[in-house]
This record gives sequence, C-alpha cells and structure tokens, in this order.
Amino acid sequence: MSLNRILTIVLRQLYLIRGSFSRVFPLFAWIGVDMILWGFLTRYLNSVASSGFNFVPALLGAVLLWDFFARIMQGVTIAFFEDVWSRNFLNIFATPLLISEYVSGLVLTSVLTSLLGLLIMLVLATTLFNLSFFAYGFMIFPFLLVLFLFGISLGIFGSALVLRLGPASEWFIWPIPAIISPFVGVLYPISTLPDWMQAVSRILPPTYVFEGLRAIITGKSVPLISLALAAALSFIYIFLAYLLFVRIYHSALKSGLIARYSAESVS
Amino acid sequence: MPILSVSGLKKVYDDIIAVDGISFDVASHEIVGLLGPNGAGKTTTIDMILGVLKPDAGTISIDGLDIFSHRSEAISRTNFSAVYTPLPGNLTVAQNLRIFGRLYSVSNLSERIEDLLVRFDLVKFRDKKCGVLSSGEQTRVSLAKSMLNSPNLLLLDEPTASLDPATARDVRLKIREFAEECKGGVLWTSHNMYEVEDVCNRVLFLSHGKILLEGNPKTLPAEYGKKTLEELFIAVAREPLSLEEN
Repeated sequence: MSLNRILTIVLRQLYLIRGSFSRVFPLFAWIGVDMILWGFLTRYLNSVASSGFNFVPALLGAVLLWDFFARIMQGVTIAFFEDVWSRNFLNIFATPLLISEYVSGLVLTSVLTSLLGLLIMLVLATTLFNLSFFAYGFMIFPFLLVLFLFGISLGIFGSALVLRLGPASEWFIWPIPAIISPFVGVLYPISTLPDWMQAVSRILPPTYVFEGLRAIITGKSVPLISLALAAALSFIYIFLAYLLFVRIYHSALKSGLIARYSAESVS
Repeated sequence: MPILSVSGLKKVYDDIIAVDGISFDVASHEIVGLLGPNGAGKTTTIDMILGVLKPDAGTISIDGLDIFSHRSEAISRTNFSAVYTPLPGNLTVAQNLRIFGRLYSVSNLSERIEDLLVRFDLVKFRDKKCGVLSSGEQTRVSLAKSMLNSPNLLLLDEPTASLDPATARDVRLKIREFAEECKGGVLWTSHNMYEVEDVCNRVLFLSHGKILLEGNPKTLPAEYGKKTLEELFIAVAREPLSLEEN
C-alpha cells in the first residue's frame, strides 16, 4: 500500500471542498439545523417536565452523536460519489492505485470531514445549549469510536452497493441512517420496541452506545462488555463491507462495468 | 523485449465474442495503430491492457510484468488518453495533473506539470476547471496527463477525434517526438486513416475481435489491391471474409 496514493484521494476531496461552497455548506448545515431544532425542543421539555430530568444530554446529546455517525458514513460515500458524478472510474482505476488504497483514502477523507463536523457540533452545543460531551465522562471516547467504526462500515457498504447497481442507486444510500435509527434507540430505550425489532437492535453497534448514554444520564454504569461487543461487531462489519466492495470491484472488472460506468450501462 | 506483449487475449460478453484470442507486441519507439470498424474490439483491447477489464483468456505484460499479478508496477509504466474519458470537470487543469501525477508517483511533479502545461499550450488554462474547457482543450489536458509519468507504453484511443486539423497535427508531432525521444511505445486507435498513415509504423486491423491484417500502413493497401488505407479500412469493415481469403 502506498501512503502517497492514499493521501492523494484525500487531497482530491480537499481540492473539491476548497473550491465549492455547495460542498462546504453540508459539512455544518444539517448539524446546525438539528442543533437548533433539538436544542430548543429539549429546552422546552426541561421547562415543562416536573421530574427535573435534564433532557439536554439525553436527547440533544443523542442527536448529536447520531449526526456524527451519519456524517462519518456520508463522508465515505460522498468521496466515492465524486468519482461517480464525474465519471472518473476509468481514469482513476487505470492508474497504479490499488483498491485497498482507494478505500483507505475514502475512509481517511471521511475522518477529516467528520472531525470538522464534530468540532462544529461541539462549539454549537456548548455555546448555545450548554451541552458538553464530557457530561458522559470518558465513555464519550468509546461511544464515538463505535459510531465511527460502524459509520465507516456502512459507508463502504453503501459505496459497494452503488458500484454494483449504478449511479441512480445513490438514493438507496442517503436514507440508510434514517432507516437504522428506530432500531438503535437514538431517542428511546430499545425495551420500548417489539421483540423482533429488539432482535435487530442487538446486532447494530450504535444500540449499545445509546443504551450506554442513557445509563450514564440515569446514574447507572455502562457495561464495558457491551461496548466491547459493539466495537467487535463494527470491526466485523467493516471487514465484511470491504470484502463486498472488493468482490463487486472484481466482478465489475470482469463485466466491463468499471470501463463503462454510467446509469445506462448498469441499471 | 517488447514494451507490450499480448498473447491469446480473449473477451466474451454473454454470447458475443468481443476479442477473440489476439496476440501482438509493441516495441520500444514503435507507434502501432489499432484499426477497425466500430465494435471490432479496439476499445475492449485497450481496456484490458489498462487493467480495467479482465480478459477471459490470455496474458498481457508491460515491460515483462504481468498486469494482473504485478498490477501496480506494470500499470505505473503505462498511461492513456481516450476521447470518451475526460478528466474530472470539477477540478482545475493543474489540480487534475497534480492528482494524477501523485497517483503515478511522478518525481519532481511541479516541474513536470509546468513543462507539460507549456508543451500542450495549457498555461492560460492552469486554474480553469476542466469542465468549462472546450472539447479540444480537454483533449490536450488528457494528453498532458497521459505523459505525466513518461510512460513506457502510451495508449491513445482516438486522441485527435475532437481536435481541429492544426491542433491535431501538433498533437501527432508531439506523440511522434515522444516515441522517438523516450523509450516508450504507443498503441493508437483512430478512424482517421490519413493520420494513421502519417504516424504509425505498423497497423493491426481488427474485425470481429480478430486481427485480420497487419503491416506497414504505407504498403499494406497495395498488398491487398487497394489504393489507400481508407479503402482497405472500408473493405475490412464491409467484406472481411474477402480479405481473409487473400
């Protein structure tokens, strides 16, 4: 693997972001919208709830962590979509770039753009709504790690899907976080869900993060074994998503899809 | 040792045989024209040499390196320009050249980019996004990119198709210079028979995925009773069987 070629994929994305307001704007726009919506909602709930329960870390914190996860996933897929939108597959895959270097470059790109998003989130949450991620103690780090790893796995999976199904299928990818969110209990304990949904929840790593987050807020301890399980599941999903991407890439090399990638050729 | 060695190359899509067991070499300093009607298998052959299409049978080696078992090393010695594959329109000319130069691990990249910007008359477009350039200007950017790594094997798929005659002549001159001055060999597809006759040392006529004829473009037409290369091309396209019998 060549670090130089991996960094080149990152550099390409930085060139694109630097030269385009429409690419910079989404890095913080939706985070800002969610902050304002959920921030004021939690402030309102705090004012009407008689229990004295603080909704800020429970709801606003959960929404921010979920936004972080979505940004990680989209960081990978958007970097991949740039090659789809500019019909760049033939150019880029006819270079010495290895598929492992390409995927690593997408992941590294996502890390950088997501960290920027996380920073903006923290500034807004702290200054506007007095939420500090350190309200969760040091557990915030394993929480972020699990969400980061699972976001990467879904980003690679989504990219593999679009590589296989064609550019038009990108619309399957955008709603993935929204489809997953009811199962992982972003806003409510998974005990609220019917049994079959709880069964799905248990194989989704973010479930353990949001259950842990609520445990901390209610003064309970977070079972470290559950976070270890979540991290292990995430690594397995990354591995499986990468295998799927490589398999689809090799299948595309055989079918001629890489050389003629367009909506017309694959749909 | 040839720069490019292709042996028994075959590609089948469903029931259609796109390339049917072809073998050929390209030597150092040699410009080889890959000719044939639409659908003859030219682009399929180039895609396989570029490593973006896996053959069903056969081998391809560049400088003795098999492109599938030594992909990175083999592909780093080649480069290409194709009229149907412009560089990303959302990056500037200089950014595209930098990105692709880094992917090919070009040393002294900044100097190399400046040299190519001058050579292909692209200095004034350096900071323009490729997408806003005319098709001829985009072709020149693509050609500049194809020479970034001074490849041992240059693959050109209709490189002058969108150029005006004067620019096309300049481009032909540059590619000839490349073949004479560098170690490289060139595999070139074109439908412009005047250009092929002017530039190529040797031509391969493809028809239905097979190499039908091979030889010097200046003498080949007479060998088959034709006055010009264009007449021979038309015969290959319309009556390939009559040529096979010769």
